Amino acid sequence: MADQGQSLVDPYTGLKAMELNLGPQHPSTHGVLRLRVRLDGEQVKACEPIIGYLHTGIEKTYEDLIFQQGNMLSDRADYVSPIINNLCYVLTVEKLLQIEVPKRCQYIRVMFAELSRIASHLVWLGTSAMDMGAMSPFFYTFQQRELILDLIEMAAGYRMNPSYFRVGGLMRDLPPGFSARLHAFLDGFPHWLDEYRGLLDKNPIWLDRLKGTATISLAQALDYGWTGPLLRALGVAHDLRKSNPYSSYEDFAFDVPTEQDGDVYARYKVRMREMEESLKIVRQAIDNLPEGPWHVANEKIYPPEKEEIAQSMEALIYHFKLYSEGFLVPPGEAYVGVEGPKGELGCYIVANGAGKPYRVHVRGPSFYNLQALPALVQDRMLSDVVAAIGSIDIVLGEVDR
Amino acid sequence: MNDLLEDLRRHFADRLSLLEPFGQHVAHLLYAADIVDVVSLLKARGFSLLLDVTAVDRLGREPRFDVVYHLYHLELKDWLRLKLQVGGDPPEVPSVTSLFKAANWAEREVYDMFGIVFRGHPDLRRILMPDDWQYHPLRKDYPITGVGPLPPLARE
Amino acid sequence: MAGVDDHAVMFGNLNRLTAWARSNSLWPVQFGLACCAIEMMATAASRFDLSRFGAEVMRASPRQADVMIVAGRVCQKMAPVLRELYDLMPEPKWVISMGACASVGGVFNNYAVVQGVDRVVPVDIYVPGCPSSPEGLIEGVMQLQEKIRRGGRPLAPAMPPAGEVARA
Repeated sequence: MADQGQSLVDPYTGLKAMELNLGPQHPSTHGVLRLRVRLDGEQVKACEPIIGYLHTGIEKTYEDLIFQQGNMLSDRADYVSPIINNLCYVLTVEKLLQIEVPKRCQYIRVMFAELSRIASHLVWLGTSAMDMGAMSPFFYTFQQRELILDLIEMAAGYRMNPSYFRVGGLMRDLPPGFSARLHAFLDGFPHWLDEYRGLLDKNPIWLDRLKGTATISLAQALDYGWTGPLLRALGVAHDLRKSNPYSSYEDFAFDVPTEQDGDVYARYKVRMREMEESLKIVRQAIDNLPEGPWHVANEKIYPPEKEEIAQSMEALIYHFKLYSEGFLVPPGEAYVGVEGPKGELGCYIVANGAGKPYRVHVRGPSFYNLQALPALVQDRMLSDVVAAIGSIDIVLGEVDR
Repeated sequence: MNDLLEDLRRHFADRLSLLEPFGQHVAHLLYAADIVDVVSLLKARGFSLLLDVTAVDRLGREPRFDVVYHLYHLELKDWLRLKLQVGGDPPEVPSVTSLFKAANWAEREVYDMFGIVFRGHPDLRRILMPDDWQYHPLRKDYPITGVGPLPPLARE
Repeated sequence: MAGVDDHAVMFGNLNRLTAWARSNSLWPVQFGLACCAIEMMATAASRFDLSRFGAEVMRASPRQADVMIVAGRVCQKMAPVLRELYDLMPEPKWVISMGACASVGGVFNNYAVVQGVDRVVPVDIYVPGCPSSPEGLIEGVMQLQEKIRRGGRPLAPAMPPAGEVARA
């Protein structure tokens, strides 16, 4: 919606203030976020994010689908990095089932999760640079993101929302020729990362608008439940991949980049370095990829191969059971937090012994990160609001679910 | 972590029980009124992140709702889940917004989705659904496709 | 090229010329909702390059646009806003419903999602996919161009009565 300005007198201060409505359709709100901003001149006196314009009923829909189908909903929560959402969901269900997938599967999961993190950061970089008026990084970042989507398409059959990870394994093993193509990407990407830095690092407009903008104290950040790159930009080396490793992250050597300043520029630097670290992890995963099975050997959870179904009666029965009733999950509840590109992505599932979950709750990091936006832009210029929104990297699908 | 939980047990004695399903620490609170005390004790002991507040509708059980909190300890690197049961109409729980600002939107979401009222919340309004929505969608007696006519479109 | 008859022919040609011009300079509203919006961005970006089809000028203001690409699920809270955006667009205007959610509600048959954006605004082209691939969207844009070249919107589609939508 077009910005509709209206002059009014602030009832609290008596000053003439302007109330400005940004969104839900606005080029820089990264989706359907709506902000009500009260301005004094160009200074932000109050800012209220209004969300829910993308409330999809994902948590309710989970209760209507069998566990394996529910995976597909996790894609659509944070659609910028669907694979990490898959990972969080399948890990939670696997915890409830008390199964552990084979090493090869875990490595492949790590590999795709990190590729997905790079893809997510690339979307963030392109769009937030565009918000600052730099058009070219968008075209450069999306070009590399396409290569990652090609890899995902090669393995899973679809570019976005692939549901590649399944409860108990993967959709299928890596296709032939995958490794060579992945290596080609891994070899080429560092050059492009330098290219992005070349475009932005010495750009005076970029530096002017980012440095010292939208800062917040560490105490405040913790108060708002900040995690992920935002917290690391405040000097806290908290990363669930290190502190609470899942899916064999303990096998990989990587650093947790941190910055001290806590401004938009620090967040930019953290994310740029995170892409390098992710690259390292992907390289280790593909080079040390163990041979062996890539799904659990339990026909009650993971369906048998197609060829087997044609020959074995039992396999046919298992297949039928799995695709009609699904596997039954014993009563219990579990929470698994994984390190998403935006922060701690959590999944809390309550099972009651049926083939469908009783309750699924997704802790979307964007939901909590966005909450701090008013504190970030208080008494700052209106143009800083745009920088602040870009820097917290929200995905409305995850905020509203 | 164990010292900390022991501490919690000492403070709240028989008003709290500790469980460990799947190696996760869970504390069940017997009385909803204790939640602010428990969370403030935990915050003082280093649980610096309130990650999440949510609820579960146990339709057919009395009290009907579980309210679930997830906290994270940055030094001990572990989660703690707090659970309490709440019933009544409307169900009421004290708000923890005075301790963690993160609870603000989270509690509003639980109010929106389940109709659980958080006493002491500074601004308890609907957050995800439109303001004039009449039901609480995540309650189990609410059909997935919704009830009644859709709210009218804004204007001609 | 002389005589009255030729003038008549010229008039016909002008219509076709306008349609041709319109079809090759579609200006979409810069308006994304969910997953499909990311694919829409990818379509506009370097690899798929929507500007080859003259439809890359995404306008932030609906008043400067003539095609709305509804990219993603339309939720109950968003539907009135979407309708308002549509009303703000000048005539002639077209709507592309991108992806399963916008077309029929997709996988979300629930209380929150409008089961098809055609309940809110008239739709010219439906693009399948969840999310639609960039190739799919380009195909949709080309179909729309074809439709415009054939004479714009042929019929005024049936609109829901003012003030409410029929229940699924």
